[in-house]
Amino acid sequence: MDNINYTTNTIKDGADPKLPSDDGNLLDVESIKQDFPILTRETAGGRIRYLDSASSSQKPVQVIQAMDDYYRSTHANVHRGVYRIAEEATHLYESARVAAGRLIGASHPGQEIVFTKNVTEAINLVAYTWGRANLSRGDVVLLSEIEHHANFVPWLMLAEEKGVELRYIPMGKDYNLDLTNIERLADGAKLMAVTAASNVLGSITNLRTVSAVAKAAGARLLVDGAQFVPHRLTDVKSIDADFYGYTGHKLLGPTGIGILYAKRELLEEMPPFLGGGEMIADVRLDGFSTTEIPWKFEAGTPPIAEAVGLHAAIDYLGKVGIDKIAKHERALTAYAVNKLEDHFGKDITVFGPKTGSDGDRAGVVSFKFADIHPHDVAQVLNEYDVCVRAGHHCAKPLMRCLQVPATTRASFYLYNDEQDVDALIHALDQVKKMFG
Amino acid sequence: MSALEDLYREIILDHYRSPRNRGELESPPAVKAEGFNPLCGDEVIIYLSTKNGVIEDIKISGQGCSISQSSASMMSAAVRGKSFEQVRELIDYFKQMMSIHESHLDQSSGQESENTEITEKQLDLDNIGELAALQGVVKFPVRIKCATLAWNTLAQGLDESESTKQ
Repeated sequence: MDNINYTTNTIKDGADPKLPSDDGNLLDVESIKQDFPILTRETAGGRIRYLDSASSSQKPVQVIQAMDDYYRSTHANVHRGVYRIAEEATHLYESARVAAGRLIGASHPGQEIVFTKNVTEAINLVAYTWGRANLSRGDVVLLSEIEHHANFVPWLMLAEEKGVELRYIPMGKDYNLDLTNIERLADGAKLMAVTAASNVLGSITNLRTVSAVAKAAGARLLVDGAQFVPHRLTDVKSIDADFYGYTGHKLLGPTGIGILYAKRELLEEMPPFLGGGEMIADVRLDGFSTTEIPWKFEAGTPPIAEAVGLHAAIDYLGKVGIDKIAKHERALTAYAVNKLEDHFGKDITVFGPKTGSDGDRAGVVSFKFADIHPHDVAQVLNEYDVCVRAGHHCAKPLMRCLQVPATTRASFYLYNDEQDVDALIHALDQVKKMFG
Repeated sequence: MSALEDLYREIILDHYRSPRNRGELESPPAVKAEGFNPLCGDEVIIYLSTKNGVIEDIKISGQGCSISQSSASMMSAAVRGKSFEQVRELIDYFKQMMSIHESHLDQSSGQESENTEITEKQLDLDNIGELAALQGVVKFPVRIKCATLAWNTLAQGLDESESTKQ
């Protein structure tokens, strides 16, 4: 399975993403925008300024086309039929798995990648199977205060059910995780589960340090890569991750497909998750046996078209270059933060690590604007076709740390440019006029 | 009037900037009811002082967007001194005003909606005073929850008040 050439035949010739023509370090954002139908849709105000990619990214025609082609030419259920299109569908589905594994540097992409619905399901799968089999009363799971609810609630459920003890790495004054006391916190931990990049603050976790501490403590390491994999090169081996989750819809792919990476030996040992077709070797009236990994964790008909779309998205990102995207986002984030702070002064508080500091920072800019509630901010921004997220961003414990009920969040991706930021600032001026 | 101006009418912004009946009552004897909008973190806390089935005093605390807080403020002014029965009628009335969105959804799926008829028949906007200013919210479906938060919380408070009496 690992030897499959995973370049899909569904991307048409000449439909490659637009590559930069001159300077090899810069993205030609205007050309990239042309690949995204939603971003060129004409609105009363001109164009949609989509600043909510941390929530979900937009999709290029290459992805939309790949899924459309799949349904038009190839669809059949996978791993079942012996006829040609069923074989083709199976091949496309399994190729997507390999691509999803290679993207994050999995050693055995054909076996170590389980397709789920999203990262939430990926983490729940680990909590439900590995967690229930390996954790009992008094065992410690170390999380952080800045996690998304997807990496809180499954463990809170396990704490209720099993009496597992949860501990939390605190957020530091610089909005990065404060790793000062991590060794003490990790003492006795059986699992450490942390985000690679905060969906609210943009802080990027120093996973090398976290991993070293986890290994020294004898704990397994789970990483929530939802906000990281679409924006930075990822290598699960370099951080020796035991479990790693990410999702398709945040990296230009479709909704409905998430990715759980887990080391082969862990998947082998773990009990199954959902029961049903596909995940069994044999079923008798008095019992069942499970099939091999990764299919053991994929009961029922999987998201096949979504896997095809995910594969096209991974290919698209590969052609543009994730390192270039990272560079672009860093520059744009610095531009945005500087401009917001210069323009609005004391009226704005940005919650997140300083840009241009030594550490990396993701393209997520959360802020408090005067004393105006984020919902009102976002509502007025909508009038100017500026799409931002307002709310607690599924991180209520973090909102309590920040002592705000909610924030307004602008987040960037490869298709955003300085004009999008300028449109945000212009629209915020109008918010101030209305509520100030 | 643009939809946005319709949403943020001057009277709504006025209630947001200068909320009426802001504060707390000692509980007990006052009934305290809390409501949360999990989507955006809006929070409304209502204190009710009741006697013989009448709301004698009401105080509101909490935090949230202009729609949730002005709706609570207007509500507090509208229900003070009213009987439970009158207040329940007003709650139903207000929630019906806010349910137009659902009837639109029904219509677009091609189904005859009973809701539409009731809504048109019963929505006599002159009767509810300045609360009518909130009708612009229905054009913004995600904000309906902000507007109805205080009203649902008030209904909880009434339930609680009645159950403790029994």
